[in-house]
Parts: sequence; C-alpha cells; structure tokens
Amino acid sequence: MRYSTPAIVLHWLVALLIFATFPLGLYMVDLPLSPDKLKLYSYHKWIGVSVFLLVTIRLGWRLTHTPPALPDGIAAWQRRASAVTHGLLYGLMVAIPLSGWLMSSAKGFQIVWFGVLPLPDLLEKNRELGELLAGVHKALNFTLLGLVILHVGAALKHHFIERQPFLQRMGWNRKART
Amino acid sequence: MKQHLPLLALLALLTAPMAHAVEYRTVLPKQSTIHFEFRQMGVPVKGGFKRFSTEMAFDPARPEAARASIEIDLASIDAGSPEADDESAGKLWFNRSAYPKATFVSSRIRALGSNRYEMRGTLTLKGRSREIVVPVTYTPGGSAAIFEGGFVLKRLDFGIGEGMWADIATVANDVQVKFRIAATGN
Repeated sequence: MRYSTPAIVLHWLVALLIFATFPLGLYMVDLPLSPDKLKLYSYHKWIGVSVFLLVTIRLGWRLTHTPPALPDGIAAWQRRASAVTHGLLYGLMVAIPLSGWLMSSAKGFQIVWFGVLPLPDLLEKNRELGELLAGVHKALNFTLLGLVILHVGAALKHHFIERQPFLQRMGWNRKART
Repeated sequence: MKQHLPLLALLALLTAPMAHAVEYRTVLPKQSTIHFEFRQMGVPVKGGFKRFSTEMAFDPARPEAARASIEIDLASIDAGSPEADDESAGKLWFNRSAYPKATFVSSRIRALGSNRYEMRGTLTLKGRSREIVVPVTYTPGGSAAIFEGGFVLKRLDFGIGEGMWADIATVANDVQVKFRIAATGN
C-alpha cells in the first residue's frame, strides 16, 4: 500500500525544503552582518513561509484521507510511537515557521515573501520578546531534528532490518508491491 | 464695563500685531522627531535619531527671512536592530569616528501657500555636501507650532554604504527621511 500521490509529493517537497532551510538557519545566524547575510535571512524566511503553506495543505489532505495501513507484524507500542511521532512532526512543522514569523515580527522585520508578498506582522516590535522567540525557534528546531532522526531511523529499520515493505509507502514507484 | 471698553480696545490693538509677529525660535526637543525608512531585501525597515539639535527662526509673516539648521548626533541612531546600529558606525557606513554628525543648513525658504513651504539647504553627511529641497508644512498650534517635512535621501550620494553595501538590490538607495519639529515663539 502506498500513500496517495499528493501526500507523497507534499511529503518530499516539505522534506526537501526543511533539509535546505534548517542548515541554512544554523549557518546564517553566526555570520557577521553583510549583504549576503541579509539575503540568506530572506531566503530562510521565504522557505519557512513556503513550508508553513505546504504543511497547511498537507494537514488538510491528511485529515481528509486515510493513510495506508502499516504492514502486519509491527508491535502495538511501535504503532503508538509512530502515531505520536507523526503528530509531533506535524505540530512542529506548523509551530516552527510560526515561531520564526513571530520572531521576525518582534524583531521589527516584516516578512515579504519572495520579496513580493508582504505578510502581516503578528507582533509589535519588542526586542526582548524577539530574543525569547529566537530561543523558542531554535529549541523547536532541535526537537524536530531529533524526531526526524527517529522518523527516518524507524523507516530504515523496518525496511532494511525487519525487511518489511516500508519505503515503498512514500516511494515514487506506482507499481511497487506490498 | 462700558468705561473699560476703550482700554480693552487699546489692549487689543497693542497685542494683535504681536500675535501676528510671533517668531518661532524655541524648539522643543522632546516633541520633535527624525525618522527614516528604507527597504532591505524588499522589507521596509524603520529607524530614527534620538539626539539632534535644531536652531530655527520662522515668522509666518516673513517666510523668506526664515532659517533652520539641524545637527544630528549619528551615535543616537536606531537603524532597525542592535546589529545594524553597530554596523552603521563603521567606515563603510557613516564612518562615525571621523564624521560624528550630520548637518543641514537652510539657504532659502519660499512660501507655496496654505502653510506649505519649500526649504532649500545643504545636507552634509560623511564629509559630503549636497543641496536638497524639502517641502515643509507648518501647523500653528496652541502650545507649539509643528513643522513637518520629508525628502528622499539617496544614500550612495553620500557614500553611506560603500564597498559590499553599495549593492542597492540588498539595501535600497532611497531612504525616506521624515522630521517633525515642534517650536514655540518667544
């Protein structure tokens, strides 16, 4: 059994964007101020807003479509852990861009998506709050990193070690057998 | 009451010309502001200067004799973020250790009607002087008159943001400057 094509496309698109913008965020924060730094900050924010938008669509799709059942032979605790992990991943994929948006507002920098579409500021400029939200954004991101490692690790373990047909669930090959 | 009327009339006669001849000379710093706004990666960034001194003399009856000068302490900048405040002091921006102040001195003021004026003068920043033309609106008030105006400063004309910062795709060349000066007559 395979996820529906829109679910698969959204999964990999969001994964790709997160894998781009997470290290970008880590790299850019410690740079000395320069035009390149300003550009990278903008790219990071544009990607973050894109993730936020795509995840909103993903959530809508996920809530209206039942994912394929897990293969047989997976322990009950693992099914529960999987449900919890997926719930947290979705929560973080919403909360992280939102915390970034709030931080940007509090720091007094409006987000103009792709330099074209201005987003409303969610907060008044407030330096202390901006610093606090920077800490929140970072903590949420490292939580996400941990969960992504768990998520990828579990999928690989089921597929390669337990030899369950797992990666096909999110794979491109329509003819993949279960 | 009746016998006081001539006296009142005399008082009115004496004070009326004085009321018209009020000359605004005393600037109220706490009610006066200088702000600016520029775009950085398409994002509007607001800033301002907290410390500046203004000298002016303005008589609405004789606007051509009016004059104004402003000296801005560049160390009082709010450039939008603490990081930008620090950066602005450097050689590529204001080079503040060599040029700590920005100054404007008016040269000619012309009435445009309905309390609007055109003020010409010289703006000096980072050792470079340029003539600018600034529209100013005068609003008479009970406690203080308000003078508001603004102009677009082309930052590269003054070498504000040199080297890597000369890239105007990242930080726009246009900086919208706005001031509001409150003054009383003495």
